Amino acid sequence: MTDQQPTALVIVGARPYGEEPQDIAILDGRIVPVEEAPEDATRLDADGLILLPGLVDLHTHLREPGREDAETIETGSRAAAVGGWTAVHAMANTTPVADTAGVVEQVWSRGKEVGLVDVYPVGAVTVGLKGERLSEMGAMADSRARVRLFSDDGICVYDPVIMRRALEYVKTYDGAVVQHAQDLRLTEGSQMHEGEISAELGLAGWPAVAEESIVARDVLLAGHVGSRLHVQHLSTAGSVEIIRWAKSRGIDVTAEATPHHLLLTDESARGYDPLFKVNPPLRTQADVDALREAVADGTIDIVATDHAPHAAEDKDCEWASASFGMLGLETALGIIQKVLVDSGALTWRDVARIMSEKPARIGRIDAEHGRPIAPGEPANLTLVDPDAAWTVTPDGLHSRAHNTPFGGIELPGRAVATFLRGAPTHLDPRFEGVLA
Amino acid sequence: MRHLLGTDAMSREDAILILDTAAQMAATQEREVRKLPTLRGKTVVNLFFEDSTRTRISFEAAAKRLSADVINFAAKGSSLSKGESLKDTALTLQAMGADAVVVRHWASGAAHQLAHGGWLHGSVLNAGDGTHQHPTQALLDAFTMRRHLVGGGDRAAGGANGSGGATRSGGSGHGEAGDRGGEGPTGKGLDGLRVAIVGDVLHSRVAASNVPLLTTLGAKVTLVAPPTLLPVSLRERDGLDIHYTLDQALDAHDFDAIMMLRVQRERMTGGRSAFFPSPEEYSRLYGLDGERLRRLPDHAIVMHPGPMNRGLEISAEAADSPRSVIVEQVANGVAVRMAALYLLLAGEDQK
Repeated sequence: MTDQQPTALVIVGARPYGEEPQDIAILDGRIVPVEEAPEDATRLDADGLILLPGLVDLHTHLREPGREDAETIETGSRAAAVGGWTAVHAMANTTPVADTAGVVEQVWSRGKEVGLVDVYPVGAVTVGLKGERLSEMGAMADSRARVRLFSDDGICVYDPVIMRRALEYVKTYDGAVVQHAQDLRLTEGSQMHEGEISAELGLAGWPAVAEESIVARDVLLAGHVGSRLHVQHLSTAGSVEIIRWAKSRGIDVTAEATPHHLLLTDESARGYDPLFKVNPPLRTQADVDALREAVADGTIDIVATDHAPHAAEDKDCEWASASFGMLGLETALGIIQKVLVDSGALTWRDVARIMSEKPARIGRIDAEHGRPIAPGEPANLTLVDPDAAWTVTPDGLHSRAHNTPFGGIELPGRAVATFLRGAPTHLDPRFEGVLA
Repeated sequence: MRHLLGTDAMSREDAILILDTAAQMAATQEREVRKLPTLRGKTVVNLFFEDSTRTRISFEAAAKRLSADVINFAAKGSSLSKGESLKDTALTLQAMGADAVVVRHWASGAAHQLAHGGWLHGSVLNAGDGTHQHPTQALLDAFTMRRHLVGGGDRAAGGANGSGGATRSGGSGHGEAGDRGGEGPTGKGLDGLRVAIVGDVLHSRVAASNVPLLTTLGAKVTLVAPPTLLPVSLRERDGLDIHYTLDQALDAHDFDAIMMLRVQRERMTGGRSAFFPSPEEYSRLYGLDGERLRRLPDHAIVMHPGPMNRGLEISAEAADSPRSVIVEQVANGVAVRMAALYLLLAGEDQK
C-alpha cells in the first residue's frame, strides 16, 4: 500500500533533534541533499515541528499468533506508526511461543506484509518459556527474521546455569539476552509493589528485592562470561544503583525503563482498577525519581514501551484475576516529553538517543534504524508536534485492546507524521491533501 | 452512608453511630417478638464467592429480623478456577433489583469494585474481601469491647469475680444493652483502652479492619506476631506498638482486651513457603493458654473472630473461661449487621 506514495518529498522548516530548522528532502526512501529534490517534489510544511529519527521500540507485545482478540501484527503496527515508531521488537510470549525459526519467520513476514513498521521478532531463550532448556537460538538467528535479541519476557530466566549458558551462546550472533528480572520464588502470587499501600489494600506484595537480586546476579554473570545483557523495565531505585555499578565496572549491560514506570506510582492501585496492574509493578515516587534521573544521566540507556494489549475480559475483573500489562505505543512519546523533556531533564537530541539510536544499536538493527538525519540515510523519520496537547481516550487508540491506564490524562505533544523508508505510515489530519 | 466497604476511611462519628444503632438493635432482640418491620420490601442479596457459613447466617439473620427479603447467592469461581465474572454477577443482581448486596469474596478489592464499577446501584456491604477488609467484624469487636469495657464507671468490676461471665453488667442476659438499665456507653468511643491483636496480621482482614477502627475510636493497639506474619511496611513505620512474642507483649502492657486471630492452615503447611516452623512452636510463642490468661488484668476480655483452632492459637481453658466473650461476639454480630443494613437502607428514601 505504501508503494503508491509519492517518492519525492521535502519536509520544510522542521527542526531536526529540536535544534535549528533545516529542510529535509526524501527521494526513493532515502534522505538526499535538498538541492537534489526534484522540482515537483511534495512540500510538507513542518514549521515548528521537531524531526527525529524514527522511534525504535525494544519491547512490544503484538500478541499474534495466539491472542488476535487482543492485538494483531496489523493493529499493533498501526498503533506503533501512530505513536511515531518505525521499528518494534515483538516479544516471544505468543501462542505458540516464538522459540523456533518457523514462528519468528511468520511474525517477521507478517510484519513485512502489513508494512507499517519494521517488526523484529525476539526469540525465546528457553523452549516454551519454560526455563528448562535453551531454544534453538541459532536457527532463529540464521532465519530470515535475523533474530539478535532473546528473551523469555513475562517470565524470568530464573535458573542461573541456563542464564549463563544463554549469555554465552548468543555471542556467536552478537546477540543479547534480554532479561525480565523477577525472582519467581519471592513473587509467588504477587499483585503489586510491596509497601504500605499493598498492606493497606490486602494485595500480595512484589518486593523490590525480587527484581534487584536478579539484576545483580545477571550483571555479575554477564561480566563473568563477557556477554551482552539487556535488562528490561527497570522499576526500582536499587536496580538503578546496580546497573550504575555494573557499568562502572565495564560490564556490557544496557537497561530500559518504561513510560509508565516513569510516570505512575503504586498509589494508582488504590481504586483496584486492573488497568494499573503491570509487571513489574508500579513503584514508589522515590523509585520514579531515581528512574528519571537514571534516564537523564544515561545509566538507563533507553525507553521501551512494554506495550501489552489485553482483551477486555482480562482486565474487567477482580484485581487478582486480571492480567498484567498496559498499552504503551501511542502514549510513550507524549509521556517522555511530559516527564523528561518539558521538565528540562532531556533535550530532543537525547530523546532521539533513548528512543531510536540506542535501542536500534542494542537490537543490532542500526544499519536501518536509529540513523543520523543526513543525506544518504534511510528516511525512517518521525515528526513531532511538541505543542499538540491531547487527552488520551482509550477508544481513540489504534490497538485492538483498550487497556490504557492513561485515559483522561493530558499529554503535551505527539507524533504527527511517521515515515518508513520515505513512505508515510502515519499522517495527522492537518496534512490531509498534502500527502494522502 | 451508601456502602460499607472498610473501616480505614470511617469517621469516628459514623463508627459511633453504627455502634449506638447496634445497641438499639440489640435491645430490640430482648423483646418477645424480635422482628422489626423496618426493611419490609427491601431485597438483600448475600453474595458469597467464598464459603463462610457463619458470616452468611449472621447477615441473613440480621436482614430477616429487619423484615427484608433475603436471597442467598453462592457464586462459583475462585482464584484458581474462573467462574462467572464479577461484572456479570453484579449485572444479574442489578437486574433482580437488589437493594443491598452483602459480598464475601476471595479477592481483595472485590467489594470496592462492586460498589464503584458502575454495574449495580444498590448498597454494597463488604463481608470480607481477600486479605483486605472485614468491617462488620471490626465493628462487632468494637461493640463488644465497648459494652464490656466502657460505660458507667464500673470498668474494674468485670470478670474478676466471675459473676455474669465476662459481661460486667452481670445478670443472665449475656450483656444485652437492655440489662444495663441505662445508656451506658452510648455515644462513646474506646478511648484509652489497650487492645492486643495476636497472630497472622499479614493475611488477616480482621486485623486490617480492627487496627484503623480501634485507633479511630481512641484505643491503643498492640500487634503481636512473628515477623514473618507482619507486613514489612508496618515494621518500618513508627508509632505502632509491635511485639514479636506474646510474653513480651504481656510484660509490656496491661491489656483491656486480647484478640486472638485464627491461624490458617496453609500458613504452616506451605512447605517451602511456610511462615513459621511448626504449630507447636507457634502455640508456645503466640498461643493464649491458662498461664498467659492469668497474667491479664482481671477485667480483660478474651476475643476471637472464630472459628477457633483450639490448642493452637487458643487453649480450651482460655476459650471457655469466664473472660471469653467469643460466643457473645457472635450475638453482637447480628446486632451490628442489623445496624449496618438499617443505616444503609432505611435512610435511603430520605435522600
